[in-house]
This record gives sequence, C-alpha cells and structure tokens, in this order.
Amino acid sequence: MVYLLWKDLTACEWITGSQRVLTGVSFLTFDINYRNMVFQDFENKFQDKIDNEIKIEPKDWMPESYRKTNLRQISQHAHSEVVGMLPEGNWIGRAPSLKRKAILLAKVQDEAGHGLYLYSAAETLGMSREEMTDDLHSGKAKYSSIFNYPTLTWADIGAIGWLVDGAAIMNQVMLTRTSYGPYARAMVRICKEESFHQRQGFESLLVLSKGTKEQRTMCQDAINRWWWPALMMFGPQDSESQHSEQSMKWKIKRKSNDELRQNFIDMIAEQIKTLGMKLPDPDLKWNEERKHYDFGEINWDAFWQVVKGNGPCNKQRLDARRKAHEEGQWIREAAMAYAEKKMKQNNY
Amino acid sequence: MSKHLTDFILHLADSTLILGQRNGEWCGHGPVLEQDIAITNITLDLIGQARSLYQYAAKLINEVSKLSESEVPPAEGFKAASEDTLAYLRTEREFKNFLLVEQPNSDWGQTILRQFLFSTWQYYLYQQLKEKGSDTTLAAIAEKSLKEISYHVRWSGEWVIRLGDGTAESKKRMAHAIQELWPYTGELFLPAPYEKVAEVDFDKLKPAWFKKVSDVFNEATLLVPQHVYMHTGGKTGTHTEHLGYMLAELQYMQRSFPGCEW
Repeated sequence: MVYLLWKDLTACEWITGSQRVLTGVSFLTFDINYRNMVFQDFENKFQDKIDNEIKIEPKDWMPESYRKTNLRQISQHAHSEVVGMLPEGNWIGRAPSLKRKAILLAKVQDEAGHGLYLYSAAETLGMSREEMTDDLHSGKAKYSSIFNYPTLTWADIGAIGWLVDGAAIMNQVMLTRTSYGPYARAMVRICKEESFHQRQGFESLLVLSKGTKEQRTMCQDAINRWWWPALMMFGPQDSESQHSEQSMKWKIKRKSNDELRQNFIDMIAEQIKTLGMKLPDPDLKWNEERKHYDFGEINWDAFWQVVKGNGPCNKQRLDARRKAHEEGQWIREAAMAYAEKKMKQNNY
Repeated sequence: MSKHLTDFILHLADSTLILGQRNGEWCGHGPVLEQDIAITNITLDLIGQARSLYQYAAKLINEVSKLSESEVPPAEGFKAASEDTLAYLRTEREFKNFLLVEQPNSDWGQTILRQFLFSTWQYYLYQQLKEKGSDTTLAAIAEKSLKEISYHVRWSGEWVIRLGDGTAESKKRMAHAIQELWPYTGELFLPAPYEKVAEVDFDKLKPAWFKKVSDVFNEATLLVPQHVYMHTGGKTGTHTEHLGYMLAELQYMQRSFPGCEW
C-alpha cells in the first residue's frame, strides 16, 4: 500500500526536498498538508477515471465511501436474489404442469446463481460472504422489499416475472454500465437471464389471459396486487432519496429513481394492452406533451412500513433464511472437517 | 403385453417425478447456496426424465385407444393422455413409485442418502435398458438419462462419504438416515408383474447396486444394515400415507381448474 502511494505521487515529489529542513512542528503541518494533497490527487485521478468511463477495479484506489456504497448495494442485491427464491419457490410444488414446474425450477435456480455472482463481486470489496450473510440474518443488511409480499395464486408467478423482473431489468441494464468493474460484469450476465425470465412471465400471463374466466380473474388479481409494489422497487422519489446524488457523480447509478420508474411505467402500460388486462391506477393516462404516461400517487407510507419490517412476509422470509442457515451448520462443519482430514492425508 | 409396458414406464416416471417433487422442497432452503443450486439441478433432471417417460407412456396409451375406437366410441369427456394427464390426474392408488422416494424430507443427510440409493438403482437399471435396447424409445431415454444419473450418483455418493466421515454429529445423523431409509430399499429389487415385459435382470441389478452402496458406505465409515424388514407396495400402488398429501399439492391446480391450459 505504501509503495503504491509513493509510486502514484510523482507530481508532488518536488516539495519533499525543500521541506526537509523544516522544524519538527512545521514538518507535522507539512505532513498533514502533504497527506491532503495526496488524497486530493487520488480522488481527482479516481474521478477522472470515472468521467472517462474507465472501470474501477478491486485493487484500484477508491474513496472509502465509494467502497462502502458499492458493498452495501451489491450485497443488498445479492441478498435480494437469495430471498427472492422464497416467494417463487412457494409454487414449485404446485406448478400446474410439468413444463411450468421445470421452467420455475430453472428460474429459481438462476436467482441462486445471480446471488453467487453478486456475493463474489461484493467480496472483492473486502467483506466475506459469511459476514454478509450474518448481516442479512441480523437485519443489519436489507434486501428488496418486493419479496416481502406473498405469492397467493399461480398467476403471481407470471406477474413476478413480468412486473418484478421487468422493474429489476430497468435498473440492471443501467448497472451493466456502472463504474465498479466486477459489478458491471456480473450484471451483463444477469441481465441476459432476467430478460428471459421477464418474457417467460409475460408468456405465462398471456396464456391465462386467453383462458377461462377464472384464469383471467386470477391474472387481473395478480396484476392488481403486484403493480404498486413493483413501482416502489425503484426506491423513493428523487427528492427523498438519500444516496442518489453522490451515486450519480460516481456513476454507480446513471439514471434517477424517478426516471427509471417512468421508463418502466411507459413500457408496461403498452405491454398490458396485449394481455387485455388493466393496471390498477385510474390516473394512468398518456400525456402527449410529456411523451410519457402520467400516473397516480404512490402510497409511500406503505412502502416505508415494509422497509421497516412490517410487510406481510418480512418475518417469514428472514425466518426461512435463518432456519436454512442454522440447519446447514452441521453440514458445513462436516464438509470442512472432511476436507481438512483429506488434506492432511494427502500431506498438503 | 402393452399394458405391462405402459405400467413399467409409469413406474419409472412416477418414481422420478415423486423424488423430484420431494427434492423441489429444498429449493431456496439448502444448507449453502452452491448445494441449493446442485439439488435443484438434480430436481430439474428428474422432472425432465419424468416428462420423457410420461410422454412415451401417453403415446402408447393413445395408440391403444385409437385401435379400439372402431368398436367402442370414446367415453364422454375422453381426453387423450399426455404427460400432464398422467402426472396430474391419476390417484394415489394408481401411482407406482417406490415408497423410498415419497418419504418426507428430514435433514440434508437423509435427502442425499435417498438420492444416492435411488440414483444407484437407476444407474444400473438404465444400463440394462440401454444395453438390451429391445425397446428403442426406452433405450434412448435411458441413454440420455444416464449422463445425468452418473453425475447424481457421484454427487450424492460424495456427500454420503463427506458426512459419514465428517464430524461425530454428521456420522450420527447419517447412521440415523440409513436406519430410516434402508427398510424401503428392498422394493427396488422386488419384481412387479409388469416388469417381466421389460426383461429386467434383477439377479444382476441387486448385486451391482449392493456393491456400489457397500463401497461408498465403507469409505464413509458407515455400516450396511443387516437383516432388516423391508416395506413394499409402492410399485403396485399401495403407498405410505405421505403420498396422498404429495399428490394433493402436486395436483392442486389441475384438480381445482380442470381442463385448462397453463
């Protein structure tokens, strides 16, 4: 680290010689000033890279708060993938055909895979998967609130694919260009799979929409329940968002919450016409002047309640994750003990 | 003759589907993310195998009903058989899966042991089906499935060894799992009337299975049980109480909304 510091400081080195003769006190002042200069220089170089679209890599210098923001966001994303397996997993046993069962299994398995890439990306920022998991279980780390809603009917599986994955993609496509290299690369792969999921979800709803009266009712009901929570996935309005401004400057984010939300609404408001269903918003209307859909007020009180832990399934989801982890303890211990035994036998 | 062949195929299909249904319960609840993915992968393979087998059985059933159409008109509401009618619209007395695969999940040790016992049976049986090749469709399904099954045997066998020879607790749990599941292994080698048609050579199947299982138990420092009473009946439709609940879950949508497309 020291070596790196010096190596990168050629621009400031000319000061060193002339300052050597100074007394102890002023030498200390020099040291602080010097460190500030160094820091400033690093920060400038860092921002330069970002402004020039050069990815930040794990071994590059980065401001501590950039590291923390990325770590928070990537680990939260990883947790969301893993917790997100639960509401969909709820229908694996009851999928209405063998083909749908296979599709759903493959989809939930993909989510687990996304969790893995993202934990790996987050680990490059200096936190182990174990620590991240502990933070999830203690409630310190968050995951997307969307997974705190229940999947009540089969149509919910289609609605999650279409609306929830659809909303996630809006955000994730933007993240394929995020400034932190490992996150951006993980996102490229994830986006491919997610857009496949979204099409599958839509196709599954399309079958329902062409089916019996009961199937159409089921389809509309699922859209009614998932629409508003899906809009909340983009986070608070820009005026209320805590982390947005700095994240935009660092190109962790490239579009604001409200911008992404609007793009999503515009897309879904068109796609729903093919389904012959309605979005549950009486204020939804095309605005010719804005070239966007206008939409009704989002119930942010409900959003904050779910974030605070009062959603219908917060407790159930976290309990399920904790239980899986606790019941897996003896298995992980045994696997470690066995691996160590084998290593010793092989004289490693 | 043909009825026997159909029943044999249904027996193979039901066993893979029901084990898939049990394994599917793990999805999202595995002991570590990598293994959650692995067990779900195996589940997907099992569902895929079940689909191929049900599709073949449905084809045979539909051919027979076509032949008899000239004399007997189809009953009212008759619908051609399909992979879904066979999986979703038969009752617990018609399912022909092994009792072994319908046993409720307890811990991970029991799940991977059940997988190992089943996959090893599947491996040697499918080898026979592939080599005999008297039924080309079945031989082709067996050949394709064997690639997956070889991995299942390896993966589950490695887990048996790891947990058997891991810690004192894991060893105790594995010994308990063996005690729980062993009484359901006798049925794997008890010929059902419909198996004559498939010319399954049980005299070869059982020792091959037993040797593989003994070798793995041996490496896992686990004991092979002796003189255990064996429960039977699954292959001919007399199940444990668990299967009814499994079918209630599996078939819920098709029973609640009959005749729909999904």
